[in-house]
Order: sequence, then structure tokens, then C-alpha cells
Amino acid sequence: MSTLTSSAAPSPRRYRGWVLPVVAVAVWWLATHQGWSDSGLLVSPQKVAATAWHQFTSEAFWRAISSSLARNLSGFFIGTTLGLVLGCLLGFSRLFERVVGPSFNTFKQISLFAWIPLISVWFGLGDVAKVVFLSLAALVPVVVNTCDGLRNVPPAFLEVAKVYGFTRWQTIRGVMLPAALPSIFTGVYLALVYSWLATIGAEYLLVSGSGIGNTLIDGSEHFMMDLVLFGMVVIGLVGWGLNLLARNLERRMQRLYGITPR
Amino acid sequence: MAATQPLTAVQGNGLRLENISKYFSSTSTDTQLQVLDNVQLDIAPGEFITIVGASGCGKSTLLRLILGLDEAFDGQILLDEKPIKGTGLERGIVFQDHRLFPWLTVEQNVAVGLKNAPLSPAQKRETVREHIHLVGLQDFVESYPHQISGGMAQRVAIARGLVNRPSVLLLDEPFGALDALTRTRLQRELQHIWQQEKITMVHVTHDVDEAVYLGDRVVVMQPHPGRIRRIVDIDLPRPRNRSDARFIALRDDVLSDFAEVS
Repeated sequence: MSTLTSSAAPSPRRYRGWVLPVVAVAVWWLATHQGWSDSGLLVSPQKVAATAWHQFTSEAFWRAISSSLARNLSGFFIGTTLGLVLGCLLGFSRLFERVVGPSFNTFKQISLFAWIPLISVWFGLGDVAKVVFLSLAALVPVVVNTCDGLRNVPPAFLEVAKVYGFTRWQTIRGVMLPAALPSIFTGVYLALVYSWLATIGAEYLLVSGSGIGNTLIDGSEHFMMDLVLFGMVVIGLVGWGLNLLARNLERRMQRLYGITPR
Repeated sequence: MAATQPLTAVQGNGLRLENISKYFSSTSTDTQLQVLDNVQLDIAPGEFITIVGASGCGKSTLLRLILGLDEAFDGQILLDEKPIKGTGLERGIVFQDHRLFPWLTVEQNVAVGLKNAPLSPAQKRETVREHIHLVGLQDFVESYPHQISGGMAQRVAIARGLVNRPSVLLLDEPFGALDALTRTRLQRELQHIWQQEKITMVHVTHDVDEAVYLGDRVVVMQPHPGRIRRIVDIDLPRPRNRSDARFIALRDDVLSDFAEVS
């Protein structure tokens, strides 16, 4: 994973990223162990670990995490699909771009969270409302990057297509889409990251049903800081996992395109 | 030499430029800039024509007109007695920047040239293979453009330009971006390919040495507006020897045109 060194041998440098978390946990442990604060809001690492164990063995936790992930993925897929369609229309058709482009550019300026009141009135607080919200979160980066990618196909490539008598369809399939693919993928990658962030937001703001965001709210309402901290760690880890997955796919594709991986 | 042959005596495929003038209009200043002024040139079938001139003399513009990428000009371009219309597979091109598609392998990039050729898939595969052999890249068929050197990429571009067996191959400063050693080697290879394939070549360059080395005739152009200054017959046997006194004399003769201009 190291991006700083290219050496294959494990060097101490590889572990530098762990220094800060380890120190933080050590200080935390020390603070609770020495009783620096007697507030009930400062829980010990052991307590969080115990809660974690308790949660991992409970059915409720797995129900929460799986419904969060299911929500996340449905929103991601719906938003990405619609985003690809809209992005392609904007990218391929000048007319469509002229008619819809300005509206879309205004639409995307509206903060995602400003949609919550409208969505909650129209769709309630249930899964439908959450998935609508998530789809919106995923939609915007996909549309923007798909459209940009298609608009910025090098004219030099289009001339090559013209020289070899490519039809419109051959040009789209054989030149424009492949040339735009890295940009389109960046959009999908962002959609995956945004939709996970939005999942937690949706669960927090459209409170109903189960989900990891609701676990967080439960903990907060009952002053169970161990549960809150555990929830945050899980959210972070899932986000990290999704990010890793997307990064790997992106890298594989960039290698195919001869773009030096980041 | 081919230059002195009467055009009509040979079986078709001659290229004739009749009174070509071309203007670029500037919309901001509402003026027209003349880039080509009454260019007249008869190119015999199988002839190797080199066009040499300083930047801004319209030599690349002229090539784009012959290629059919730009149809707004005065005069006529006749190929095999018929006026050209748009781009066509009978006119191949090698651009200065190789313009290979980065998402395709060497083999697939050459096959781009045959996308709309009236051949069976088996014939296409065979023709692609032959042309990759012709440029000596049989060991790199599966490589992607970023995995090969600039010189090799330009050879792939030559193979792609030739794979349709066009009657004219246009070359727009194809070696301009290469280092001196690679350039010399590719000049030799191009000459070899030309002798083997007997295709009419129109090769634009700003390198006088290259023009004299490759051409049956060297067309010297001068700028403001772009026009033919004179045409020099290169009546030397091939392969040419750069240290031959006659070669040096001809090169110096052509060079003298530029000494006056600048």
C-alpha cells in the first residue's frame, strides 16, 4: 500500500502510518486508566472493545450493517445508472446539453442536505426516501465526470476515426467511450465514496428503521459512548473497504490505459 | 525518373492538385488570412514527394486538404482523375503524434485501419499481421502504446496508414518528434517500405536533409501566403548516401532557399 517507497522489502517506513493511531489509543487508555476524568462520557478502550465483541455476536448489529450496505448499494447503483445515462446524453448531444445543461448545473449547486425536507415530505422516512437521497448523492459526480470525459475526447482521436470512415456509432463505441472511460470511472469512484457518506447522513436525518447510523443515534441518545465510538469505527472501516475496492479497480484500469497509478 | 514521366501514361492513381488556395478567417477581427496561394502539383503514381518548408508555410494544411479533413478550399484535388470528397480509405495518413489509441494493443491499433475495409475477418487478421511484419514489430503485437518507444509507436502508425493499401500515403512530419538516431533509422525503413509497396507518398517535413534523402522530388514551400517556391528533382540512386558529393550539393541547394528567407 505504501505510496512513498517503491522498495519491496518491508521497511520501518511502512509502519509510520500506524504511529498516530497507536499513540492516540495509548493516551486514551492512559486517560481512562488513571482516571483523569470521571465523566461518564469518557469510556475506556476496553469498554469499547467489549461492546464491539457484544455487537459482533448480536444479530441486531448484522441486521443494521447489512441494511445500511443494501441501502448504500441500491442508491449507488440507481444513482450511477441514471448518472451514466444523463452524462452520456449531455456528452453526446449538443442539443440536450443546451437544453438540460444549465438546469443541471444549477441543480448540482443545491447542497445535498437541502433535499432532505423535500424528500421526507414526498417519500417519508423509510427506505425509499433514503435510497432517493443516496441516488442523488451518487448521481451528480457520475454525470459531471461522464459528460466531461466525453466532451474532452482529444480531437486528434476523432480525426483518426474520420480518416478510417468510422460511422457515428463506431466513433462512439470505439473512440469516445474508451477515451472517456478513465474520467467516467473517476465519477463512479466518487459516487461510491459519496453514497457511503450519504448513507450515514440519510440514516441520521431520516430516522426510522435499522442501520449503522441508527446504531449511532441509539448510542448517543442513551449516552453509550462505547456504542457511538464502535459505530464510528465500523463506518470508517466500511468506507475504507469501499475506497480500497474502487481504488484497486481504478488502478487496474489505469494500468491498461498506460496512466501511471497515483 | 518518375517525375519526368507523363502523368497519363501510367495506370491511374495519380494525384493532381489544381490551383489550391485556402483562407483561414478570423471571426474576431473579421479578416481572412491566406494560408495557401494557388498551389499546383502533379504527383505521379508511385512517386515519393517530399514537401519542405518553414513553419507557417501551409504544408501541413495542404496535407489535411488532400486527406479530406478540411473541405473548405478553392481549387481541386484529383485522385485518379476524380475529385476527392471527404476522407477515404484510398488516402492513408501518418500524423506527427502517432495518434494510436492507448486502450488498444499494437495489433488492434493497426486493425483500426481496416475497420470498414471490405475484407473478411480472416483476411483482415492476415493483412494486419503482414503489415506488423513489414514494420518489424511482430514481437510486440500484444503490447500497448505506452509500453513501446516513440519510434516503435510511429512504426505502428505507419503500419496502420498502410494496412488499407491506400494509393497515396500522406506523412505529416512523422519523424519530427523522434531523436536523431531513431529518425535516421526510420527514414531508411520508410524508403525500404516505399520501394517494396510502390505506394505514392507525400511526405511533409521541415528537415531539408530528410526531404532530399527520401524524395524523388522536393517541393520547397515558402510562407505568407504558403506557396510553392520551386521543385527540385533528386536524381540520385537509392539507397542514398548522405556523404555523397551530389547529395550534399542538392541539400545545400535546397537549404539556400531558406537562407534567403530568414
